[in-house]
Amino acid sequence: MTGILRTCALYLAVIMVVCAAAFPFYYAVITSFKSGTGLFEVDYFPVRLDWKNYASVLSGRGFTRSIANSVLIASTTVAFSLFIAVTASFALARVNFKGRSLLLVTILMVSMFPQIAVLAGLFELVRFLGIYNTPWAMILSYTIFTLPFTIWVLTTFMRDLPKELEEAAIVDGATPWVVVTKIFLPLMWPALVTTGLLAFIGAWNEFLFALTFTVSETQRTVPVAIALISGSSPQEIPWGAIMAASVIVTTPLIILVLIFQRKIVSGLTAGGVKG
Amino acid sequence: MLRPTMPVPRPRFDGPPVLATGKFMPSRQPYGPTLQQQRNRSAMWFLLPTFVALSGIAGWPLLRTIYFSFTDTSLTSIYDGEWIGFANYLTWRELPSGRVIYRGTLVDPVWWNAVWNTLRFSVISVSVEAVLGMMIALLLNMQFRGRGVVRAAILIPWAIPTIVSAQIWSWMLNDQFGVINHALIGLGIIDHKIAWTASADTAMVAVLIVDIWKTTPFMALLCLAGLQMIPRDMYEAARVDGIHPVRVFFRVTLPLVRPALMVAIIFRMLDALRIYDLVYVLTPNSRATQTMSVIARENLIEFDKFAYGAAQSTLLFAIIAVIVSLYIWIARVNLADGGR
Repeated sequence: MTGILRTCALYLAVIMVVCAAAFPFYYAVITSFKSGTGLFEVDYFPVRLDWKNYASVLSGRGFTRSIANSVLIASTTVAFSLFIAVTASFALARVNFKGRSLLLVTILMVSMFPQIAVLAGLFELVRFLGIYNTPWAMILSYTIFTLPFTIWVLTTFMRDLPKELEEAAIVDGATPWVVVTKIFLPLMWPALVTTGLLAFIGAWNEFLFALTFTVSETQRTVPVAIALISGSSPQEIPWGAIMAASVIVTTPLIILVLIFQRKIVSGLTAGGVKG
Repeated sequence: MLRPTMPVPRPRFDGPPVLATGKFMPSRQPYGPTLQQQRNRSAMWFLLPTFVALSGIAGWPLLRTIYFSFTDTSLTSIYDGEWIGFANYLTWRELPSGRVIYRGTLVDPVWWNAVWNTLRFSVISVSVEAVLGMMIALLLNMQFRGRGVVRAAILIPWAIPTIVSAQIWSWMLNDQFGVINHALIGLGIIDHKIAWTASADTAMVAVLIVDIWKTTPFMALLCLAGLQMIPRDMYEAARVDGIHPVRVFFRVTLPLVRPALMVAIIFRMLDALRIYDLVYVLTPNSRATQTMSVIARENLIEFDKFAYGAAQSTLLFAIIAVIVSLYIWIARVNLADGGR
């Protein structure tokens, strides 16, 4: 009897957790299919499938342009960070030099410190380089958090690779550069994909820099575009369009996250916690 | 009696071998760098790009921000600022009547209101997230059917961009047509519609709800990773001894998860202290939720008080640095080892 009760309580808790986690997105999907006065009635289940909001969001040039901007910015930043991070994390994970852990903590701190603290200085730098209101401003500034993150995760990964691999290569006369490119890199593809994906999500979601370093609508990234969507009049907020835009940019992320679920969890936890 | 064996002189391999003739035997690399030196040197080269990149985009701008905070620089003429010392922080002037007038960020009630908002928000959200995250982690650590589905579902809030979740929630919390008011009235919990994001009393609650919803999954996953390191037979032993599960949690589970939890908390704390985007979208222009980042950026970019905003940014940086150092010192978190 108590066994059945316990099972019931367990599943009740499970259902509550799943509902709390998934309901807002579900509700956004339902809302995105409603328009006109239908928006002002609360429905818990889909009543009709009206693609009008999607059509209006995607037909306007602004939003598709923002998606293209975000894809370009996020993928360039991630590629650049991964490229630099591979050698750096080899040095941090496999070479015993003085001040190594201090350096690691410093790098971690850079990714953690408040972005507002560098905003004024970055603003000057971006203006100086003449990249204000271009994607390069974001590509440059996003490296602040993608680079430390990729280094940190790749370092934990490299630390766990067997020592023998490297030793055998060194005996054969391989330089550290050869060890990294010919021996470690092929083994690291899974880690690179996961780390890259997480860094991509981080860059895709960034808001503060993107808001500050762009002025024209054509240069906006997705988060800025969604935050600043406005209706025909200031009083009227186009909730249907906002929800449609939200669903469009979130669905690919959710699918990616669900596919790489296990990898992401281990990537996230590699950063900080290991027992 | 056994004589201790004489130590056999062993040939030394680290110096250049000496031939019987007394000359050094030529070898391929007689005085070249050792392997360790060679590795150290390439480590230096490997770290150089990272060093250049991070000092260029993080170190230098940080120093410039601090410098700007001691000047009267404005947004339109960044290079014309002049050194004015601590005037952006605190300055005073004595009137002929003997009254002293103080000016600067440190006596600005708007700034202290933002500091208070940020601290209140961070402490409440991180503690609630830690408790909820722990509970969800304990749930996920149990054996039941459909565990994979639950773990996938809790990743959804994490995957949704903050701006998007702010918009979704501001629609759900809408006072007239929002589903939250509708549901709460339907359940009889409240009797009239609440203007969650607009009213000063509930704006902070709204921000807290969304932040907790969005970041508890991260906490839960980090806790779960810690929980899974605990060997199963520990629980088995406790069960055989008939120890109450609550006692097991506080005596066995919690101490063992503590390092993981401490690291998770500091990550979240750092994140919460710099919150910007959620507040900007969910409760724009509300004094009840304005955080340090929000007003610092307002002054920097929108109000054309660039140097004043730089002073606030510098203060925010200092406050966070102090809190983090205190935390690491008090909780003895070992970040370099990742809590190991």
